[in-house]
Amino acid sequence: MSLLTLSNVTKRFGGLTAVNDLSFTLTAGETVGLLGPNGSGKTTALNMISGYLPVTSGTIALDGTTISTLGPERITHRGVARTFQLVRALPSLTVGENVLAALAFRKDPLWGKDAEARIETLLANVGLPGRQHEEASNLTYIDLKRMELARALATEPKLLLLDEWLAGLNPTELRAGIDLITRLRQSGITILLVEHVMDAVRALCTRCIVMNTGSRLADGPTADVLADKAVIRAYLGDDNA
Amino acid sequence: MKFLASLLALAALAAVPFFVGAYPLGLGIGILGYATLATAWALFSGPTRYISLATVAFFGIGAYTVAVLADLMPYPLVLLCAALIGLVVALLVGLATLRLAGIYFVIFTFGLAELVRQLVTYYEVNVTRTLGRYVFLPLGPEHIYWQLLGLLAVTLALAFWISRAKIGLALRVIGDDPVVAAHLGVRITRTKLALFSLSAMVMTLAGAIQAPRWTYIEPSIVFNPTVSFLTVIMALLGGPNRLFGPLLGAFPLFLLFEWLSANFPNHYSIILGLLFIAIVFLLPNGVLAAWDKLMARFKRKEARA
Repeated sequence: MSLLTLSNVTKRFGGLTAVNDLSFTLTAGETVGLLGPNGSGKTTALNMISGYLPVTSGTIALDGTTISTLGPERITHRGVARTFQLVRALPSLTVGENVLAALAFRKDPLWGKDAEARIETLLANVGLPGRQHEEASNLTYIDLKRMELARALATEPKLLLLDEWLAGLNPTELRAGIDLITRLRQSGITILLVEHVMDAVRALCTRCIVMNTGSRLADGPTADVLADKAVIRAYLGDDNA
Repeated sequence: MKFLASLLALAALAAVPFFVGAYPLGLGIGILGYATLATAWALFSGPTRYISLATVAFFGIGAYTVAVLADLMPYPLVLLCAALIGLVVALLVGLATLRLAGIYFVIFTFGLAELVRQLVTYYEVNVTRTLGRYVFLPLGPEHIYWQLLGLLAVTLALAFWISRAKIGLALRVIGDDPVVAAHLGVRITRTKLALFSLSAMVMTLAGAIQAPRWTYIEPSIVFNPTVSFLTVIMALLGGPNRLFGPLLGAFPLFLLFEWLSANFPNHYSIILGLLFIAIVFLLPNGVLAAWDKLMARFKRKEARA
């Protein structure tokens, strides 16, 4: 059953077409990689799905209902959560309050004792057990990413959008990060993953969609897509194809 | 325990008019008035960091409501009308402006205060053909003092409740990062509008309660932009994100401004400007936060020693 459907979605910024007539569907439970060179429109596509940017034309539907006319808070309430390419912590809040903010304003809100218990579980699940009282501004880069993931998961999403969540991690952290997303995948959540780390894409994604200059270049099983000549040309240039 | 201490402090402050003369009571009224304005300002502007310069617009609307309605209905009803008018204006202004952010919001709120002043002046000059109005109400300074004390206590109680409630967390999240707030499901416009309106209602009441004190009011008195600037500087000095921060800023600064305006009437504005700059540079989060930071440093030093 398809969870997310993009139909002929286009985004223009003045004369620049960042996403051009993009269509694809995600089936519930899938982990799909959204790949492409820098500037190919991946993050713009993610921003439109999460409601951060309005579409210029086309429609985005979640569970068969159009969401591309809604703002990000309503889309969150329908079951879409995301992390950001550059981590966006809430710096004046503690780690626990960062997660509480997601619990308190989701569709089925949690507050007080129930929320505290849930915060503990969520933080433990992302590898930050017992860290709820720390200032978010004191966390290391990987821990900020973990916190941002816990915050996204706290909204209880059906669809999780990860924007280069594994970028900038050292090899040990990367291993831990891949394991964490693997566990999420096993829990049944649908994940759309914008990523440049190919080892992670191979390990995590059964299917990949490749974008180039705003359009869809390829869509299929990961191994096939990564061997596609057009994809290699888009990433590395003609000489390597 | 803290609640009991607060009640005792409130009772002690309420007894002040029985023991002091007219001048100290006048100072007390001034301090309470500004402490209320600064606390109300910080309700919205503290967590969201939206610097509003519209304080005097609401303050003046309150004073004018009393001047216009005092002869037409009982005093408590006049106050109720003032609060409602403040609320309606805040809702209209809020709907139009709360999508603005940063410097645009600051400029808009400053422009709004001037617009309200000009509109009232235009109406008074061209329609009623009198620039000023008289407010004759059988209220002594002690009555004004008690009303302001009551309003301040209610505002502090509201601020305390908000800081622990979901709406308080929503405001802090919006202040930190509105994009994240929206992606966590926070209804940003609704939350900001609610707090902006609540804060404006308190400001309107503060103006309404103080109107009888002046006896004669005109736009240049009750819509004086200095009121907005003083409110901001007091809240910033004490710390807009602490419950008692704005109150702590209002107390010394009001006394200082009184002294400056009495002794240096020609240089008052220059000194005010310099002080404003100094506070923003030296104490960006207020005295209370600076004090905590200092204490933390001492503790670290002790721990190392």
